[in-house]
Amino acid sequence: MKFLIEYIGTIFKSLGSLWNGMRLTLYYFFHPKEIHTQQYPDNRDTLTLGERFRGEVVMPHDENNEHKCTGCTSCELACPNGTIKILYKNVVDETTGKKKKAIDEFVYHLGMCTFCNLCIIACPTDAIKMSHDFEHSTFDRKSLTKILNKPGSKLMKGVE
Amino acid sequence: MIDKEEIEDLTQAHEEDFILNVGPQHPSTHGVLRLKIKLQGETVTHIEPHLGYIHRSIEKMCEASSYRNFIYLTSRMDYLSAHMNNQACAMVVEKGLQLEIPKRAKVIRILMSELTRLASHQLWWACTGLDLGATTPFFVGFRDREVILDIFDETCGSRLTMDYNVPGGIMFDIHPNFQKNVHAFLKGFKKNLPEYHQLLTGNVIFQNRTKGVGYLSPEDTISFGCSGPTARGSGVSCDIRKWQPYDGYEDVQFNEVLETAGDCYARYLVRMREMEESVKIIEQLIDNIPEGDFQAKTKAVLKLPKGEFYSRVETARGELGVYLVSDGTSKPYRMKFRSPNFSNLSALREIAVGGKIGDLVANMAMLDLVIPDIDR
Ligand code: SF4
Ligand code: SF4
Repeated sequence: MKFLIEYIGTIFKSLGSLWNGMRLTLYYFFHPKEIHTQQYPDNRDTLTLGERFRGEVVMPHDENNEHKCTGCTSCELACPNGTIKILYKNVVDETTGKKKKAIDEFVYHLGMCTFCNLCIIACPTDAIKMSHDFEHSTFDRKSLTKILNKPGSKLMKGVE
Repeated sequence: MIDKEEIEDLTQAHEEDFILNVGPQHPSTHGVLRLKIKLQGETVTHIEPHLGYIHRSIEKMCEASSYRNFIYLTSRMDYLSAHMNNQACAMVVEKGLQLEIPKRAKVIRILMSELTRLASHQLWWACTGLDLGATTPFFVGFRDREVILDIFDETCGSRLTMDYNVPGGIMFDIHPNFQKNVHAFLKGFKKNLPEYHQLLTGNVIFQNRTKGVGYLSPEDTISFGCSGPTARGSGVSCDIRKWQPYDGYEDVQFNEVLETAGDCYARYLVRMREMEESVKIIEQLIDNIPEGDFQAKTKAVLKLPKGEFYSRVETARGELGVYLVSDGTSKPYRMKFRSPNFSNLSALREIAVGGKIGDLVANMAMLDLVIPDIDR
């Protein structure tokens, strides 16, 4: 008899706890405003990311197609996994007429980047920064190797 | 893929024995862990974890990178406690350099650690629910975790592998909205925590599946080197934050959560109450972040003196130890990580053998394993 009462008691207790959980589920079912889910990618236009968000490394250019990278390789040395490679060329300085080194290609292997921000911190001239673009998937692995300086770009005047 | 040793194992098996592979792609192992289980009927008679499916030789990679760089590899060990891993590594370098970091950096580090712990426990809670057959907790847990991840996103720049520690402090100052957002999170979370208990803790099915299941004695806990909530569920006091306070934990008031039952339910309760303690720590510090620098001045190239250095932190899963041998150059001579999950996994045999196969999932869930941390 005692066993039976206990058994039936457990059934009611279980039903009670089940209802407890289900009540919450039903609450959210009828209060869709309190749900936090975002409808990505439909909300691409309204998506807001933190200003420090690390998407990928980019090199901003101004309207004269000039960048601030002097080719000092601080970023290349700071990078933990060899993501950045800087190739040089010789250019003639317009004012003094002397030959000097300048960057030819700033090669960035996106596929190897861990987004640690060390290169950005290391750069003395703030020539590179993190963009907010995070949709990196691609069908071709080659497209992950990027050249950050635009073709024909030059060093900005006054940046040493 | 069956190797020779396994064939021997299989031939030695008793006729009624049944050998079962769980993993490496089983959802309840939360990663690429493979368990070889010997069953007699429904009873587990032997468990053998097989590792190596996600080995990336992080220790060796650390030896090839400089003292500034190796920190960021360790985010990929226990990715749910990425900040604590980074903190341990930054601390070991600071110990070598005998660098005192600014008060502000310390407080922000603790705040971030506790937020990471909360996020990690919330994820664990969500997945535990799912493992044991409840779907709603999964979404409820992720809902609150999302708020923390947004805070990380704003201040650190990324959501999971935050990479916020540098030798000498933290990478940038906190975002102006940081305090406001943390307050908003705390308010929401304190309102939601009873919901957690309502959904899972009080559920009779959940209690029946965890109470008295997977007993781990305090003696075994110590002999296997378990730490974190796994050990504290068996009544072994091992909180590094209490025993060897680092980065200013000595100045905050909080209790070490201990349960003595040693079963799955006890481990569950430890984590749930740890969340409350984390909230307490954050509440004490969030309005008292001291002014000043957030980073100590360091040289561009760090060189540690010859010698051995060790630092330990309490991650969300237990004690992480970082052992570093320096030969005086700019790269570590030897790195060794003592990861909490590896030791906790070794106790799985003690916990699950003798129990039913159905309870294995509950046992695994309450160990809260992160496999990349085991393999490194
Ligand atoms: S973010 Fe880190 S990994 Fe990526 S290029 Fe910069 S330093 Fe290298
Ligand atoms: S990006 Fe900055 S750190 Fe890198 S080479 Fe150019 S100037 Fe130097």
